[in-house]
Amino acid sequence: MYETNYHRASSVDEAAALFAKGKEAKYLAGGHTLIPVMKQRLAGPSDVIDLARIKELVGIEVAGDTVTVKAATPHYDVAASDAVRKAIPALSSLASQIGDPAVRHRGTIGGSLANNDPAADYPAAAMALGATIKTNKRSIAADDFFKGLFSTALQDGEIITAVSFPVPAKAGYAKFPHPASRFALTGVFVAKAKSGDVRVAVTGASQSGVMRSAAIEAALKANWAASAVDGVSVSSSGLLSDIHGSSDYRANLIKVMAQRAVTAAG
Amino acid sequence: MGVEGIGASVVRKEDKRFITGKGRYVDDIKLQGMTYAHFIRSPHAHARVRGIDASAALKMPGVVAVLNGKQIVDDKVGNLICGWAITSKDGSPMKMGAWPAMAPETVRFVGQAVAVVIAESKNLARDAAEAVVVDYEELPAVANVAASIKSGAPQLHPEAPGNQVYDWVIGDENAVNGAFAKAANVVKLDLTNNRLAPNAMEPRSAIADYDAAEEHFTLYTTSQNPHVARLVLSAFYNIAPEHKLRVIAPDVGGGFGSKIYIYPEEMVALWASKRVGRPVKWTGDRTEAFLTDAHGRDHVTHAEMAFDKDNKILGLRVKTYANFGAYMSLFSSSVPTYLYATLLSGQYNIPAIHAEVIGVYTNTTPVDAYRGAGRPEASYLVERMMETAARQLKVDPAELRRRNFITQFPHQTPVIMAYDTGDFHASLDAAMKAIDYAGFAARKAKAKSEGKLRGIGLSCYIEACGIAPSKAVGSLGAGVGLWESAEVRVNPVGTIEILTGSHSHGQGHETTFCQLVADRLGVPISQVSIVHGDTDKVQFGMGTYGSRSAAVGLTAILKAMEKMEAKAKKIAAHALEASEADIVIENGEFKVTGTDKSIALPMVALAAYTAHNLPDGMEPGLKESAFYDPTNFTFPAGAYICEIEVDPSTGKTNFVNFVAADDFGRLINPMIVEGQVHGGLAQGIGQALLEHAVYDANGQPVTASFMDYTMPRADDLPSFKLSHTTTLCPGNPLGIKGCGEAGAIGASAAVINAITDAIGKNNLEMPATPDRVWRTIHAA
Repeated sequence: MYETNYHRASSVDEAAALFAKGKEAKYLAGGHTLIPVMKQRLAGPSDVIDLARIKELVGIEVAGDTVTVKAATPHYDVAASDAVRKAIPALSSLASQIGDPAVRHRGTIGGSLANNDPAADYPAAAMALGATIKTNKRSIAADDFFKGLFSTALQDGEIITAVSFPVPAKAGYAKFPHPASRFALTGVFVAKAKSGDVRVAVTGASQSGVMRSAAIEAALKANWAASAVDGVSVSSSGLLSDIHGSSDYRANLIKVMAQRAVTAAG
Repeated sequence: MGVEGIGASVVRKEDKRFITGKGRYVDDIKLQGMTYAHFIRSPHAHARVRGIDASAALKMPGVVAVLNGKQIVDDKVGNLICGWAITSKDGSPMKMGAWPAMAPETVRFVGQAVAVVIAESKNLARDAAEAVVVDYEELPAVANVAASIKSGAPQLHPEAPGNQVYDWVIGDENAVNGAFAKAANVVKLDLTNNRLAPNAMEPRSAIADYDAAEEHFTLYTTSQNPHVARLVLSAFYNIAPEHKLRVIAPDVGGGFGSKIYIYPEEMVALWASKRVGRPVKWTGDRTEAFLTDAHGRDHVTHAEMAFDKDNKILGLRVKTYANFGAYMSLFSSSVPTYLYATLLSGQYNIPAIHAEVIGVYTNTTPVDAYRGAGRPEASYLVERMMETAARQLKVDPAELRRRNFITQFPHQTPVIMAYDTGDFHASLDAAMKAIDYAGFAARKAKAKSEGKLRGIGLSCYIEACGIAPSKAVGSLGAGVGLWESAEVRVNPVGTIEILTGSHSHGQGHETTFCQLVADRLGVPISQVSIVHGDTDKVQFGMGTYGSRSAAVGLTAILKAMEKMEAKAKKIAAHALEASEADIVIENGEFKVTGTDKSIALPMVALAAYTAHNLPDGMEPGLKESAFYDPTNFTFPAGAYICEIEVDPSTGKTNFVNFVAADDFGRLINPMIVEGQVHGGLAQGIGQALLEHAVYDANGQPVTASFMDYTMPRADDLPSFKLSHTTTLCPGNPLGIKGCGEAGAIGASAAVINAITDAIGKNNLEMPATPDRVWRTIHAA
């Protein structure tokens, strides 16, 4: 690891001010991506600004038809929250499948979304549920937030403060874990909004990060049933291909996981 | 046997320190004035080193030295050796290129060191390493067997034309041709034994400390065999004569073979310590472990088996290409030859066997012995072959095996090995009963009705452990003897220290070896301690690998115990005014049989050391040593049966059941044996389903971290049902066969046989990843 200056911010404003002062500052949340790449000397930020202990960034609120998870809330808290389980059981289930217990106690929703790893779980939930990502500057719709591999609409120094999920009529998440990393080799989140709108988001499979599947959305909109996906043709074009999963295999997993997600959603 | 004697599941003495964080590993050791080494490693699989510019690095704060491959060659540090000479079928010796500890001119695999930075801290060494400019001229590379043997392929070493190290044969080719000529059926099989990275929990580490006044080196290192390390460093690498080099292997966190070898980093640390006049520490990280720890397996094989009309095996013909990587590691040459082809008879009567093994260089990490070493490859081949044959001949796989089992012992195979004892029917029967083999068809039908593909797979393995005797292995080309030594020291107060040349790096010697003493003397194991891992304490030893510590190392202790006991009996008889022949040892006392006269062990020991009243002419003291050279290998064997279910929509394999019936001869500590089997099975299953060290076509490693290399986790594995059938090994007085590698040797074939049974297609390579299984199911 290169030498760096560690700051523990006590408020979002202080964090943003520290960031602005740093030459090449980085925010730190759970640290599950930043710390390993720093240890490998693939990143060498001048300043690391820790957001995880900012009180205003931790907590879960369920009000009316909205579940709001503040950005530095660890996955474990989301998985263990009765309120989340009642409102959006699929979100609770997704959080419980991230990494292992150590990861879930440290990793945060804000960190996951800001990093936008193409195999991370949370982007699928945010996209499928039509979440709103709130920052210290604005609110961004999920459809506008994800911009490809490890890339988002966040501006330099902008901090995610919370993520709001509209409570759907039905939702489910099914994940086929990568055998080695246990990220999603392919994960599919299906959601039927109270408006009747259907959104299906796929993570782990695409070369450009989380994506929606228009074909599966159309099929499920016509008939919310696992069998509705049988006839859908999922193209392997643009999908990732590596030693753990060829693009054909991932295309198959998109269908199979979509069906399991629908079954889980009920 | 007593509560702590042979056969008792005594809780491991060493675990208190391990589970409370009090173990003392090499990286825990800090010496006064210690410096830290960081290696600069090639990012290319094959390249010429045109120049190394360290001028900027040398000006950086805390940098003590930057040393390179040219300097180590100029200082006449020897090239790394391969310690087992193999002769090709044309009579020529194996053809090897030189392997200097750091490359002076050409790098041949990603990760090979070209230079080292020595600095005041590890971080400063890494900082400086980034300022060292290495000018590489990239060369074309070959990353696998197929690429390596192609005509016109890039060549690694001028000494080895065609990248070929040797072309070795074993067995009677004419007899095999005759067998095939009269065969009613011939079964053919092509398979790959996938390359594995060993991944001991503790990465390798070394601290070298040169004392200029005494011209003496101390090396702390992660070694399975510190005496062999000292021997090789002294005799071949010109580091120092043996009496000027002490090698200490303290607590070591796993080895699986990967810590047998003397690696470049240890040589460089020793050499650098003398050059800079300060201790030098190097501790590898996980990436370095993936790049530089010797890998395992990596065979490509074609095999054919001939059967008569009654499904009796007539002959076996095998041709194997073994990928050695870029250099010949210490025992690499023996692994695909004498540790592999000599086990091709499996548990079966095979009248004629012929095997040809072609060893090749590629631009990859060197390959050497990894848990099982040659025997997993042999067992996998034979057991995949038996399953394939059963399918082709349309007979039950258990029945085909039974028909061909060896039942008379000793049995001379056509490939050197003479099996001493065994009962293959007993272990197969036990495993079949444990898994309810008879009820499988009904379970398969039920699974089918639920949309799942269920399969069952057998593997009846045999292996050879405690490789010996020295004279025999010497005649086959080994550069070392394979005996073991031990010393028993009874202290004046009656406590006992056992010094052993075996090295414990997870095996539990500190418990099992004490149990032998407890068994013989009737003393509690708390009164006994095991001393190992230090060449200044233990005179000599060959170390721990090949499941040899109990069969060979413990027998050496037994031999020393017998000598000590004989002397102690003389002292006791003298003190008790009885005949030596009437003395028996019970509960820590020497008793005159048939009387109530006795003297306790501490009093005998005290008498030995005060020497006030010893028999005439007896030397004082109570300390004996022994060297033990076995008369034969030992032959652990067993039957593993695995029942799995495949999800056809994802290709995912889930375990339903896994049973093991092993014959290890006598068990010293059944609980520790169980742990050894669990670990071995995890690695065997890991090879079958998960693990694969992959290179791309240019020789770049694809799996150099746990993000890509799938190490087995607890939830990847089933709960194992273990049992034992026992035939005592006649080759050693304790009847021990060894248990360390069996799981890794036998498990892979059982898993692949089960999956291929489930999906109804016989061709499936390891690791059977979900993608691969799904693809195989849905292939036209």
